[in-house]
Amino acid sequence: MPTTRVRRLTASQREAVVAYWFISPWVIGFVGLTLGPMLASLILSFTDYNLVSTTGTSFVGIENYRKALADDPLVMQSLRVTSYYATLAVALDLVVGLALALLLNTGFRGIGAIRTIYYLPAAVSGVAVSLLWLWIFQPSGGLANGLLELVGLPAIDWVYSTTWVIPAFVLMSLWGVGRSAFIYLAILQRIPTNLYEAAAVDGAGPLRRLFRITIPLVTPAIFLNLVLGIIGNFQTFTQAFVISEGGPANASLFYTLYLYRNAFRYFRVGYASALAWILFALLLALTLLVFRSSRRWVYYEAGAPGDRS
Amino acid sequence: MAVTTGVLGPRPTGLWARRLSAVVIFAGAVAVLLPLAWMLSTSLKPESEVFRAPIEWVPSTVRPENYREAVSLVPFWRYALNSLIVAIPVVVGAVVSSTAVAYAFARMRAPGLRWLFLLVVAAIMLPGEVTLVPSFLLFKELGWVGSYLPLTVPAWLGGGAFNIFLLRQYFLTIPREQEELARVEGHSFLSILLRVIIPQSWPAISVVAALEFVHVWNDFLGPLLYITDQSKYTLPLGLNFYKDIYNTQWAHLMAASLLALLPCIIVFFLAQRAFTQGVVLTGRR
Repeated sequence: MPTTRVRRLTASQREAVVAYWFISPWVIGFVGLTLGPMLASLILSFTDYNLVSTTGTSFVGIENYRKALADDPLVMQSLRVTSYYATLAVALDLVVGLALALLLNTGFRGIGAIRTIYYLPAAVSGVAVSLLWLWIFQPSGGLANGLLELVGLPAIDWVYSTTWVIPAFVLMSLWGVGRSAFIYLAILQRIPTNLYEAAAVDGAGPLRRLFRITIPLVTPAIFLNLVLGIIGNFQTFTQAFVISEGGPANASLFYTLYLYRNAFRYFRVGYASALAWILFALLLALTLLVFRSSRRWVYYEAGAPGDRS
Repeated sequence: MAVTTGVLGPRPTGLWARRLSAVVIFAGAVAVLLPLAWMLSTSLKPESEVFRAPIEWVPSTVRPENYREAVSLVPFWRYALNSLIVAIPVVVGAVVSSTAVAYAFARMRAPGLRWLFLLVVAAIMLPGEVTLVPSFLLFKELGWVGSYLPLTVPAWLGGGAFNIFLLRQYFLTIPREQEELARVEGHSFLSILLRVIIPQSWPAISVVAALEFVHVWNDFLGPLLYITDQSKYTLPLGLNFYKDIYNTQWAHLMAASLLALLPCIIVFFLAQRAFTQGVVLTGRR
């Protein structure tokens, strides 16, 4: 029977069967490792499920959410820490990355070697790099204070100071700014010269050309970096775990670190699931906000740049 | 990709302006290299000279024995081997799996396929935290905790939304004529993928392989959750463990860390063109 049925399929039906067959691993993965777990975590977030508890699990309604948002100062602390870090890291990545791209676009020679150097931090990350920065930020003997001393500035306690721990992490993230710079550069190099020639004929100065031509044309890349930067930086974990362990005095208690502790150190699975969904809702809202606002500031090449006033 | 030396853009016309930007670019490059140079310098110093101020870039006594000692203070080669045991199936799985899936999304027609592709794009932006805990519970139910299966099997199930997206975009740029000819001659989709598409797609495939290798080699959270037995530690877990024991032995710690980063640096240089282009193509963080 099956053979005759297969034979009766039209060409397009056969193509559809092959297509589903090709994507089936992804479908299994998406259902089993993304959609399923998401739903499971939503359900768990309304329970007091505990990995080591012996008393059994019961539904507690919105208790986990209420506790997280009203009764747990560490949730607010971790949100504060994480958004402070993400804001600084994303903003600096954007400004420095774009500035660097503009400099690289000035007819700079030897770009191949420079590109390699600026990209190198993108190839290395994780624990080894975190250990390197932990050493750099050592108050005595570390490179950071060594350089400050060289220019006559007082030493800083960096990752051991509640004030400086987040700026230290931001500095570390800025090390990888070359990646954004080359994304911007790739776009800058595609801007047609005649746009600038026309602007020059109209008597537009360099600054005017920058704000009227260059920046509008790179806004799609800025938008992409903004969305991915917000989401990526809200997931900061390894650095925080290895370098500062959330300290001092919870000054670097990143959200993911706190979630990890709840789930895998205190075994509060229900509570950790609620924390995950709070983060998800927050990031979704932020992303939608950026998407909505993008209509007003992201320029897509639908018309001439002059169309946009 | 041909490197154009920026004739475009609002370039400062004056020679001094170009020189100034060259100086800034070089200073930036030095700043980027500084941490790695510091790492190398520290790794070659005797522990007693590590804390000297002002900074000494070139150790007065070069001590390459640090490396030999660093790999024996902890079972470094055991961890490196474990990392490789995880990395190989992950890279192969991600490449094979995402190539097949991306090809279907790029070239085949089936009801609902476009809609499913939107889910792929949405999944790129999904924060991993949401699935972290229930995935752990799932693997615990399956009895996989403590083994490498939770780290390797997911790579074979689609190979990551991001890689699918990247490869699909690349496949879309390949002209269709050759494929259509092969279709008419009666070749199957699989044989077209293997004989026509893949041979033309090595740049994109090596991007996926390189990015995936760097990612899995440096992954910390995955092994932290699933590897319980010390003899199964991957390098990131091993280094973290190392730090907890030998916290103040910076020379040895830097030697071990630099050794751990070496494979990524080598992959980076090997796949450099593909790598940098891939990041530019996609903006992966």
